Amino acid sequence: MQILRNEAYFLVYAAVTKYAAQRCIWTFYKVAMLKIKNINTYYGQAQALTNVSLHLSEGEIVTLIGANGAGKTTLLNSLSGIVPPQSGQIFFHDTPINNLAPHQIVRLGISQVAEGRQVFKPFSVDDNLELGAYLKQKFLSGKDKVKKNKEFVYDLFPILRERKKQLAGTLSGGEQQMLAIGRALMANPKLLLLDEPSMGLAPMVTQEIFRVIENFSREEKTTILLVEQNARAALKMAHRGYVLENGRMILEGMAAELLENKDVQRAYLGKDKKEIWER
Amino acid sequence: MTEKKRQIIVFLIFAAAALSAPFFLKDSYLITVLIFVGINTILAIGLNLLLGYAGQISLGHAAFFGLGAYISGILTTRFPLDPFLVMILAAFCAGALAFVIGFPILKLKGHYLAMATLGFGIIMYIVFNETVSVTGGPSGLSGIPYLSVGPLVFDNDWNNYYLVWISTLAVMLLAINLTQSRIGRALRAIHDSEVAARVMGVNARILKVQIFTVSAVISAFAGSLYAHVVTFIAPASFGFHFSVELLTMVVVGGLGSIYGSFLGAAILTMLPEFLRVFHDLDIIVYGLMLILMTMFMPGGLVSGIQMVTQYIAARKAKRKDEHAQA
Repeated sequence: MQILRNEAYFLVYAAVTKYAAQRCIWTFYKVAMLKIKNINTYYGQAQALTNVSLHLSEGEIVTLIGANGAGKTTLLNSLSGIVPPQSGQIFFHDTPINNLAPHQIVRLGISQVAEGRQVFKPFSVDDNLELGAYLKQKFLSGKDKVKKNKEFVYDLFPILRERKKQLAGTLSGGEQQMLAIGRALMANPKLLLLDEPSMGLAPMVTQEIFRVIENFSREEKTTILLVEQNARAALKMAHRGYVLENGRMILEGMAAELLENKDVQRAYLGKDKKEIWER
Repeated sequence: MTEKKRQIIVFLIFAAAALSAPFFLKDSYLITVLIFVGINTILAIGLNLLLGYAGQISLGHAAFFGLGAYISGILTTRFPLDPFLVMILAAFCAGALAFVIGFPILKLKGHYLAMATLGFGIIMYIVFNETVSVTGGPSGLSGIPYLSVGPLVFDNDWNNYYLVWISTLAVMLLAINLTQSRIGRALRAIHDSEVAARVMGVNARILKVQIFTVSAVISAFAGSLYAHVVTFIAPASFGFHFSVELLTMVVVGGLGSIYGSFLGAAILTMLPEFLRVFHDLDIIVYGLMLILMTMFMPGGLVSGIQMVTQYIAARKAKRKDEHAQA
């Protein structure tokens, strides 16, 4: 009897500590999942990023706004290893990743949805998704997981299930964007890099996609770095934001603060000076 | 699953047709031509893996073909080695060479890659031609033994036909399997957009070198077969001209289609034989056919056939509709 009681005490104790530990992680001990420290990236001779720093905590949605040519896409490409930075450091869960090749970075759990929905046009929707799980399929044990992920993506974007066998090139812009996001999710990323998901889409479609991203991030605890031109929509969804200008980070803060910031309002939210000062 | 079943059935029908063909052919000359169709099919499939799937051009594939043929030819005539063992060695050598040159060469893209592979092909051609003491130079290397398994010697057309076509079917099966796998998908992804493929976690650089190597191994294997079937080889068969012919086979048949490779190889091998009736005009007819084909079937013969069947199906459906209305 004594033994049983001890056992029961132990179980309760274990459950409580485990729960406490988890709460602890989510509330107090938010670790920076991604840290970018002073990176400089060049295209040949031209410097695209100058001493850019950024950090992301687990489960956060962070947006990066800025004008055309500010270096937003370059920052994402530096992160995913397509255009490696020449100096500075990038840490993902305290592992330096600035010298890794793109496929190694994907393996660590960072997936990028490239700008302009680069789906594989001659592939069917299904094949596009399978390709997103390329690294998962290496092992036989990954097969079930891939199937499960595919179902997950189809549940997220039901329209894709209807278009399963259709060639990706024949999809509409919005559907292609959904496919590009779904494809990135097939790799079970811990960090999702989204590069202008609203580009060239109707406002309704953009809203729909943003809604799905937000729900998804909340439910799956996936961290998201969102690059956007549509600053208002992005800031409304995000927790924090960064503003990039001419390859330099000029501003950072909570999304709500940035929405109220006068410079941001004037430069990116389309309110002119008069309107701001009169209020 | 049904898609897979369909493919298995198509392959089995093709295999049955290929293996039973000699029974219906009284003409032994035609069998000889079909042997070359088989060898060229292997070569075209090898190049198609690289060009049609991975989207990397090679204008020097005849060099690997020649390398396989010469290694097999030289070693089996000079030394009492088992030809099958030499065949494996030849394939390995060609693969190793492709792997080594693949790293620098496949960094190049488009026209530059075409130039680099062209250069490689020409270098190998010069090597075959000039190292007279080893390869016999321009006058060729003769007296290569026939292949044999126990008492069975592959010395007549009938035997050689089965040797070549069973090999061809094996290579086909391998290629089909490869292209249907996740690797095949990754290759097509590289073809479509290399950056997007890399973002998906495909190690594009290594994968390109690997498929180049596989392609070279297949070509060298075809070379070894060629050497043992013909028993005489000369550098003229492995020059730039043949590289271009291979490329034409792949393009005419259809990029990214294994059966297309067969069609292309069959047409380009048999056409010159049938065009003999035009005497001196054959080269003009040949050129005209190629021009017309690229104009009206840019996707190759396979897509052309698909186009025609779709057209017929649409016509039928339309007629049915009209009947129903009337």
